[in-house]
Amino acid sequence: MQAAVIALMATAHVQAGTFRVEPGDGAQERLQAALIEAKPGDIVDIGAGRFDLTDGLSLDVNGVTVRGAGPAATILSFKGQKGAGEGLLVTSDDVVLRDFAVEDSRGDGIKSKGADRIVYRNVRVEWTGGPKETNGAYGLYPVESTDVLIDGAVVKGASDAGIYVGQSKNIIVRNSTAMYNVAGIEIENSYSADVHSNLAMHNTGGILVFDLPNLPQQGGHSIRVFSNRVEKNDTPNFAPKGNIVASVPTGTGVMVMANRDVHVFNNILGENGTTNVMIVAYQTAFNDKNYDPSARDIVVRDNQHGRAGWAPAFPGGAELAAALGGNFPSVLWDGVGGTAANVHLKDPVLTVSLNLPAQGAAISLAQPAAYAPPSTSPAKDLPTILMPAAMEAATK
Amino acid sequence: MKRAVVMAAAWVGLVSASPSPQVDEALILSDALPPKLQDFGLLVDGKTPAPGVVPYHLNTPLFSDYSMKFRFMHLPKGKKAKATGDGLLDFPVGTVLIKSFGYPADMRSPEKDLRILETRLLIHRASGWVALPYVWNADGTEATLKRAGQRMDVSWTHLDGQKRTISYAVPNANQCKGCHVSGMAMTPIGPKVRNLDDGHQLQALAHAGLLSGKTQAVRPMPVWDKPESGTVALRARAYLDANCGHCHNKAGPADTSGLWLDWDQPADTNLGIGKRPTAAGRGSVGLDFAIKPGDPAASYLVARMASTEPGIAMPELSRSMTHEEGVALVSQWIREMP
Repeated sequence: MQAAVIALMATAHVQAGTFRVEPGDGAQERLQAALIEAKPGDIVDIGAGRFDLTDGLSLDVNGVTVRGAGPAATILSFKGQKGAGEGLLVTSDDVVLRDFAVEDSRGDGIKSKGADRIVYRNVRVEWTGGPKETNGAYGLYPVESTDVLIDGAVVKGASDAGIYVGQSKNIIVRNSTAMYNVAGIEIENSYSADVHSNLAMHNTGGILVFDLPNLPQQGGHSIRVFSNRVEKNDTPNFAPKGNIVASVPTGTGVMVMANRDVHVFNNILGENGTTNVMIVAYQTAFNDKNYDPSARDIVVRDNQHGRAGWAPAFPGGAELAAALGGNFPSVLWDGVGGTAANVHLKDPVLTVSLNLPAQGAAISLAQPAAYAPPSTSPAKDLPTILMPAAMEAATK
Repeated sequence: MKRAVVMAAAWVGLVSASPSPQVDEALILSDALPPKLQDFGLLVDGKTPAPGVVPYHLNTPLFSDYSMKFRFMHLPKGKKAKATGDGLLDFPVGTVLIKSFGYPADMRSPEKDLRILETRLLIHRASGWVALPYVWNADGTEATLKRAGQRMDVSWTHLDGQKRTISYAVPNANQCKGCHVSGMAMTPIGPKVRNLDDGHQLQALAHAGLLSGKTQAVRPMPVWDKPESGTVALRARAYLDANCGHCHNKAGPADTSGLWLDWDQPADTNLGIGKRPTAAGRGSVGLDFAIKPGDPAASYLVARMASTEPGIAMPELSRSMTHEEGVALVSQWIREMP
């Protein structure tokens, strides 16, 4: 690594350089030094092997590629972490992260904040002890960013969401695998996202689209969830209490809360004990006059449904199932907002509205009934999300 | 090549500056990252300023594992800092803010056997503020640039007579920015008019020709541990401003949490009152609200201040111990909240 730095100094950074970092003594300092010394266009090339790290790493230089020898070969282990909230933190633009793994970070795995045009490609984040409340919250955690591309990632064991995109705009999450997390993939308080061709299995809930109050960016909208496999989400909820995902019933496939223009289509859904698709309003009290708690302009269509609803895992669920003849529906809406919410649930499976009278109404006020889409027109198809060409090129 | 020339110049500066240092203003203004703190000529030793470098203090400082801190500022010749509102002083290019961190052998006699561990510089260059962390050698004769940070074991006898040993973390240059950032730009945190105004400090700076503009804050911050300086609520808010508000504000690194703890934040949901966790993970520690009025034990703000576990502990940096007295103050504030 030092040789690489000297070489770079000699060429005065005229050309892009490569910082090569190998495992071994002083890996923490050598790797962090490379992430600080790198200049735009440089590559930080992390060798194969295990890096035992004591503190979070961070990158704050635009245009840097951090790459390893593959997610099974280059392992950044934070098992002995003493400080910082995450394994790797990125706060600069045009960064590419690829071909390495982050294991056992005490907080989040990889966080990128205010990091526009970021690419996560073929990275793995895992808590190796399996699902535990003491695991970090998020595996991949881009927040407050424009143009986020996550491609071919694997995340296991997050005590909140495996792949979480928050308060961001223009997002693609694709070809990724989320297993044994509380939420597999979650898009929260975000605008314009395509979540497609992913596998979400053995989580508490597979794919979540949420919006929360009292945050700088809210009013989530224009999200497509399509061509995913969302199956066997059966890990009992292990989120620390107080977090919004602690309220996700075990065995939820796709859950949409308080967003507008969310389209769920062409997915394979099944073996989800509570339900395959759940559309709900934000459920607790709030005091934010700029916040719309209801789910509206929703389309659910053309999904393949396997078994669902045999074990609804939330308070009152068993009673509701009994009232519906023993089984919970495959597609469920809480009914908040009524016809005006323009909710179109068109899959040919048992589809029920709870017909709750208002946001925050007790479940005991539910008047569950089979649901037929309203005569209003469903929301128009949403455009395909596109990324700048350089980002797509970086995934090759 | 350019760097080598600057380094050579710095070396000449060091040799000629010895033994009584002289501030190297050209080096301050350059793009150089000098490998030795002494190159700047700002300090005689870790806690003694060179001529032209003045000490200052804050009413309510950031807690950093009970370390003792020594703050200095250097302004370029003939230039002044400007005080307009209650916020940060407006420092001219060429300013250096200097902070040394150290521990005495025994906190009950802090003036004896003091060991300075590190000195952090915040330099205002034409391109913006730059943070440089320097780590002192064991005998305190030389401090070396450590942009990638460093950990070191530190021991002392605490105020209660018990021995304490911690893994002290010198932040890396990025971690400096983790706190010292507003929007996209690096910025100082401490020297705000409201936190400098102790009744005479600003006047003294003005008298010394280092400050123009206001010499009084509209709403000065009290001293967090001096009851005579303000109510519990005001002192708790001052403590939160100094310890949390640099990240937890609308333009800070923790803006997305929606938890804003700076001095000017109204007492509403975004101050934490009745606020549920956002993206907190196990940082919620099983509690529903940041602040539950009347009930500090049910407020995760307090629990995270009390924790020393990475991933839960707040602030994320600068702390491996619990600041018992700070936790007590914030707890009392919440307990007395209607």
